[in-house]
Amino acid sequence: MIEINKELFTHIGINEEYSEAINRPSMTYWKDAGRRLKKNKVAMAGIFILILFSLMAVFGPYMVEFTYNSNNYDIIHQPPNKVHWFGTDALGRDLWARVWMGARVSLFIGLVAAVIETIIGVVIGGLSGYVGGKFDLYMMRFIDIMIAIPELIFIILIMVIVGSGVLPIIIAFAITGWLRMARLVRGQILQLKEQEFVLAARTLGADTKRLVFRHLIPNTLGVIIVTLTMAVPGAIFYEAFLSFIGIGLRPPLSSWGQLANSGAQVFEQYPFELLIPAVFISLTMLSLNLLGDGLRDALDPRLRK
Amino acid sequence: MLRYILKRFFVSLVTIWILITIVFFLVRTLPGDPFTSDKTTPQIRDNMMRYYGLDKPLPVQYAKYISNLLKGDMGYSLKYKNRTVNQIIGNAFPSSGELGIRALLFAIPFGILLGIIAALNHNKGWDYGSMVIAVLGVSVPSFIIGGLLQYVFAVKLKLLPVAQWKGFEYTILPSIALGLNTLAVVARLMRASMLEVTGQDYIMTAEAKGLPIYKVVWKHQIRNAILPVVTVLGPIVAALLTGTFVIEKIFAIPGLGHHYVLGIQNLDYTLVLGLTIFYGAFVIIMNFIVDVIYGFVDPRIRVTK
Amino acid sequence: MMEREKILEIKDLHVSFDTYAGEVQAVRGVTFDLYKAEAIAIVGESGCGKSVTAKSIMKLIPMPPGRIKKGNIVFNGRDITGFSRKQMEAIRGSEMGMIFQDPMTSLSPTMLVGKQIAEVLMQHQKIPKKKAMEKSIEMLKMVGIPNPESRAKQYPHEFSGGMRQRAMIAIALACSPKLLIADEPTTALDVTIQAQILELMKELKRKIDTSIILITHDLGVVAGMAERVMVMYAGKIVESGYIKDIFYDPKHPYTWGLLKSVPRLDAENKEELLPIIGTPPDLFSPPNGCAFAARCKYSMKICYTMQPEMTEAGPGHKAACWLLHSDSPRVERPEGIGRSCCNE
Repeated sequence: MIEINKELFTHIGINEEYSEAINRPSMTYWKDAGRRLKKNKVAMAGIFILILFSLMAVFGPYMVEFTYNSNNYDIIHQPPNKVHWFGTDALGRDLWARVWMGARVSLFIGLVAAVIETIIGVVIGGLSGYVGGKFDLYMMRFIDIMIAIPELIFIILIMVIVGSGVLPIIIAFAITGWLRMARLVRGQILQLKEQEFVLAARTLGADTKRLVFRHLIPNTLGVIIVTLTMAVPGAIFYEAFLSFIGIGLRPPLSSWGQLANSGAQVFEQYPFELLIPAVFISLTMLSLNLLGDGLRDALDPRLRK
Repeated sequence: MLRYILKRFFVSLVTIWILITIVFFLVRTLPGDPFTSDKTTPQIRDNMMRYYGLDKPLPVQYAKYISNLLKGDMGYSLKYKNRTVNQIIGNAFPSSGELGIRALLFAIPFGILLGIIAALNHNKGWDYGSMVIAVLGVSVPSFIIGGLLQYVFAVKLKLLPVAQWKGFEYTILPSIALGLNTLAVVARLMRASMLEVTGQDYIMTAEAKGLPIYKVVWKHQIRNAILPVVTVLGPIVAALLTGTFVIEKIFAIPGLGHHYVLGIQNLDYTLVLGLTIFYGAFVIIMNFIVDVIYGFVDPRIRVTK
Repeated sequence: MMEREKILEIKDLHVSFDTYAGEVQAVRGVTFDLYKAEAIAIVGESGCGKSVTAKSIMKLIPMPPGRIKKGNIVFNGRDITGFSRKQMEAIRGSEMGMIFQDPMTSLSPTMLVGKQIAEVLMQHQKIPKKKAMEKSIEMLKMVGIPNPESRAKQYPHEFSGGMRQRAMIAIALACSPKLLIADEPTTALDVTIQAQILELMKELKRKIDTSIILITHDLGVVAGMAERVMVMYAGKIVESGYIKDIFYDPKHPYTWGLLKSVPRLDAENKEELLPIIGTPPDLFSPPNGCAFAARCKYSMKICYTMQPEMTEAGPGHKAACWLLHSDSPRVERPEGIGRSCCNE
């Protein structure tokens, strides 16, 4: 206990340094988001699996001496063994090589389709929200109507007309996928435009460029990234789905959906032929969904504590 | 309320009309005409050409097609001779509808229940358990779930029939396979919605009233949390449709999806056209019905619109 | 006045929240009494712990992360500090009612307003639904809502902000509670509506003889409503006293600062509004000494090292400030504080 004496009562007054001191370390939005993502073990596991699969998609096919389309009728439907790690299919093709070639196609389609639809969606949605007026009005009416038409019907129809292949799939996805993104970005921009900090920035004399790049884009980016992450599994799923019902990719070209389709035809006798691609499709979609959930939690400013 | 319903109804009609128009012109951009095929004799082809008036200019054809449609006539299948598209839809729709309704009856109540359980045990074992099920349900495509269910319960355990559509025990596996995805989506949404509502002031008001926990949860939390779930019923029905394509294929159910996939593979254009329009219109009408239901459920919409 | 029956006694209440970064000490030793049919006000900046104090009385803080670390809450002669949820359910709504800050969000959007009032009555008075609905119409009438019969059958979004707050008051007072806690009841309302709501609360207080704890940051609201005032800062009460003490003879520099920052229409010399410079301390690691020291013009060495105790400054008037110590140099209160300020 300190003894109370006169000396203690000397005047000091306002201590500004002290009164304005912030005791917690300051953290930028992205640093904080990164910290929270790293703490999210499930999301990190998702990232790990995705990186692993991507690397294997590049190097996997070269790890065995068989190519994905070399037939060998002497060794059809072999279960996984020392020579053929994932077994062989109905034409005696090595499934390890086919799975990782399929990974290339599936991951490529997923990523490219998601990026394209995001770009289109962000540009149109951003413009619509920022410019407003007639452009916005007509654009939104158009999107409202287009969104009401089931996506799948559209994709199938485009595939039937354009034909099967990687590029038609990507085109079909791009045509249908941007609608949702555009709507989302527009909503975000409109909401932001109403907010006080944007008004404040404008009052302080920020020009359009500063407004768009310093305020509108950074504040929308979180939502865009999350939606992009969620769009990738969507595209992978549709590719698998289309190939499964027989209008996506045609053999000998390989994709996970294609492999699942071939596997499904013989699964009663050779279940591994369906199981193997099924595991890869599911794990990839799972990882992407977990990563998306993790990103959403990490990027949501409302969750900052 | 009546004005709101009429407005939604009108928009739905316009959307269906636009869908028909797009589908019509997309198909007409195909090289040649849709009735040229090895499978059709010149005689049938001529009949078809006359029937649709394909010898006339495009606008006339369009008018003719619309007027045929308005009479409920979608023409003849190219693959199944002497069967109209209407007959095929009439025969196949009950199976698809039954499958869809069974899947919904399984998925929605259990999904809502799972979401509620997860939210009430936020960050505890039950929450993690439910969300593992939910994220798996979202990530694993229905054709894989279907295949696995078939393998485990039909091929290995021999508890249920592998395929076909002949009685109650035949419907169990396909309904689960189709519904699991929906269940997962509903569970995640319900959980998020419940957690959102937990933080609302009116929950604190309910607590301050001294209501027992079950009344707070049931009358205040669930009642408000369930609204957003109603809004996704439309998209859920559309997503279920995607599922029926593969589930009907895997389980050899003679439904619409089965015919659609076959139609695409056989290039049966009239059938694909007819089914596309039927599907599209169906989803749009379902969306309309959901909108109307939502208007009745949410008092805020009931009055303001 | 001292003979009055004590309704509520708060003794050395400590409330903390456990967050990822550590313990936030939101309330750090609050002590006060409330008598029957008395109205007191707790005043302070946002984040000073006034809302947390109020919510802990009703046990409405989420636990975890919140917890009552220390201290006692004695309500109507019973120590309710350790009460279970079940025990609290019997008290909440019947013996204590609460009104919240934002009337726009504190009513359930999917339930008829009448039903939301009837709910309390059915819960605590065990009366049938029909009777409860009749009584809820009476309550709506009592809080001054016109056409209560038809209003009871409407949803909250059909009510204006002021009317919703009236409905909230009807819910809180439906069972004639002994204690009403009003957590910033007028902050979210227009100025004219504010006055109406305060007038209504005063009138109802007289009618049903309830005690009121009014939580606010607005000293203007306090003046016409409360008999005693507690000024809170950084989780502690720094000054408490009767309304005239706080307005005419405040002792704590923080109270001075608060009074200086309230606009006054009667000031003849058009004085400036003076803000209190700086921000309150972070309650992760509250300072050893007086929490206000760093923002205080009059702070002394001792203020940074030792916490001042609540010191008697007059009958029923206490302040926690080293300036009241006999060894302290005499400090003159700044100009413009302590003269007529409230229309009493």
